[in-house]
Amino acid sequence: MSYALEINGLKKAYDNGFEALKGIDLTVDEGDFFALLGPNGAGKSTTIGILCSLVNKSSGSVKVMGYDIDQDFGMAKRHLGVVPQEFNFNQFEKTQNILINTAGYHGIPRAEAMLRIEHYLKRLGLWDKRDDPSRALSGGMKRRLLIARALVHQPDLLILDEPTAGVDIELRRGMWDFLTEINNQGTTIILTTHYLEEAEALCRNVSIINHGEIIANSSTRDLLSTLHTVTFVCDLASPIDFAPTIEGYECVFADAMTLEVKVDKGQSLNEVFVSLSAHDVSVVSMRTKTNRLEELFVTMTSEGNQ
Amino acid sequence: MSLANYEEKATDFGNPNWVAYQTIVRSEIRRFARIWVQTMIPPAITMTLYFIIFGSLIGQRIGEMGGFDYMAYIVPGLIMMSVITNSYANVSSSVFGSKFGRFIEEMLVSPISNQTILLGYVTGGVARAVSVGVIVTILSMFFTQLAIHNIFAVVSITLLTAVLFSLLGFINGVYAKRFDDVSIVPTFVLTPLTYLGGVFFSISLLPDFWAGVAQLNPILYVVNAFRYGILGVSDISLGWAYGILLSMTVMAYLIAARLLANGTGVRS
Repeated sequence: MSYALEINGLKKAYDNGFEALKGIDLTVDEGDFFALLGPNGAGKSTTIGILCSLVNKSSGSVKVMGYDIDQDFGMAKRHLGVVPQEFNFNQFEKTQNILINTAGYHGIPRAEAMLRIEHYLKRLGLWDKRDDPSRALSGGMKRRLLIARALVHQPDLLILDEPTAGVDIELRRGMWDFLTEINNQGTTIILTTHYLEEAEALCRNVSIINHGEIIANSSTRDLLSTLHTVTFVCDLASPIDFAPTIEGYECVFADAMTLEVKVDKGQSLNEVFVSLSAHDVSVVSMRTKTNRLEELFVTMTSEGNQ
Repeated sequence: MSLANYEEKATDFGNPNWVAYQTIVRSEIRRFARIWVQTMIPPAITMTLYFIIFGSLIGQRIGEMGGFDYMAYIVPGLIMMSVITNSYANVSSSVFGSKFGRFIEEMLVSPISNQTILLGYVTGGVARAVSVGVIVTILSMFFTQLAIHNIFAVVSITLLTAVLFSLLGFINGVYAKRFDDVSIVPTFVLTPLTYLGGVFFSISLLPDFWAGVAQLNPILYVVNAFRYGILGVSDISLGWAYGILLSMTVMAYLIAARLLANGTGVRS
């Protein structure tokens, strides 16, 4: 398996002495849908900044699709598309012209660029806005414009830095579908996000970065299997006065119609239901209290802060 | 996808830097053309006022200078003044604007070479300088007759000047952190140097000491070399003017290219 991204010993120290990255090693397989998670200031954006050469690294090496960003920067950048966190396009330029310019910067002539632009703007629901100045677009449209811009040169590795921040649920789901579609077509995707259910739903592999170091790096499934306890919130059919006692399980009375049950790794939900039935407690629906990945993320990053 | 396919993909459309260069130039021209009321009209009005006040009204009392009536004498300097200020302002404001709006990142994350970025911005500056220069030249024809003495000097000095001041504008734009920073140099350096650079007078009128000091002013060489191209008279030798202009342009290019390679002002 060849790597879409290969990072070795990447360090970044700023002039004020702050060490944003302390020598991270990371590989992302071609075709992967990968999440790079971490709290604010952990080093995610610095890493992405180095990949797209907006931040100068202090040491280490980075290869994009096998091309070293120092020795083959042209080829590395040709294969890399970046959706930044902030809107960094010319607000006075027409939507279509922003994409024509980006295509041109990647050496794609206007005629070919127009075909691609029509495809992506239509697919992302922006075709009707192509002649509007970008400042007139809504927040969600601007975010989709950033995605179209990152794709216009058809990169093999797409990095999205919190692409769904501030986007409503419907639009977010639409973006998930679109990203899944292009990933299925072969584009490797690296995602940073604060919505951990997004990472859990989309990403096959996850890396967690904290204080400039990678503290976890494995498949989403393996990572979630390290979670020891999951708290389930049960909606009840009829009210209760207190939490029933179930041996081996911790039940917490939330309110008359809601019961929280903590289930450790290896324990069975069937046992919980059997015991609740024995106590005449009927469950009509159930959900995890927090997203599982979120629970793990909070545990791991708070351990690092101690 | 195999590595061979990647190589194919990169060269599918010919020379990518040529396409990128055309894109930057087109974008730069579209930028100053879109705001033509701010970029084209003010120099036309300012220069027309110069022609009326200095040329027609005051010039009639001054009489001849360098063997020509005063209006004809100042026209080459005023054309060069437009070329200098517009090439400088175009690139400094464009570079700073793209830094301020962060859309310079579109270029930095793409595979364009630094030389292509620099040449693209400089060509944009030259395009605006030449456009305004042509407008001012046409306006000047309403006030005096222009007979070109040496077309090569006119064209080469115009282009060289526009390139030099576009490069200087680029350097200013790279270092600028606030909007004020792009107006400080034109206001406090370029304008005084232009006025003292022989636009309105021959340095032969100055006492020896001040005539010597004036020769430290690069704009003196620009104005006089261009005046030679139009009228055939100059206070300084044409060879010196080309030598100084060319060496300053090379120096400015090397500094601008170094700043871009280091990511000064644009990379952290």
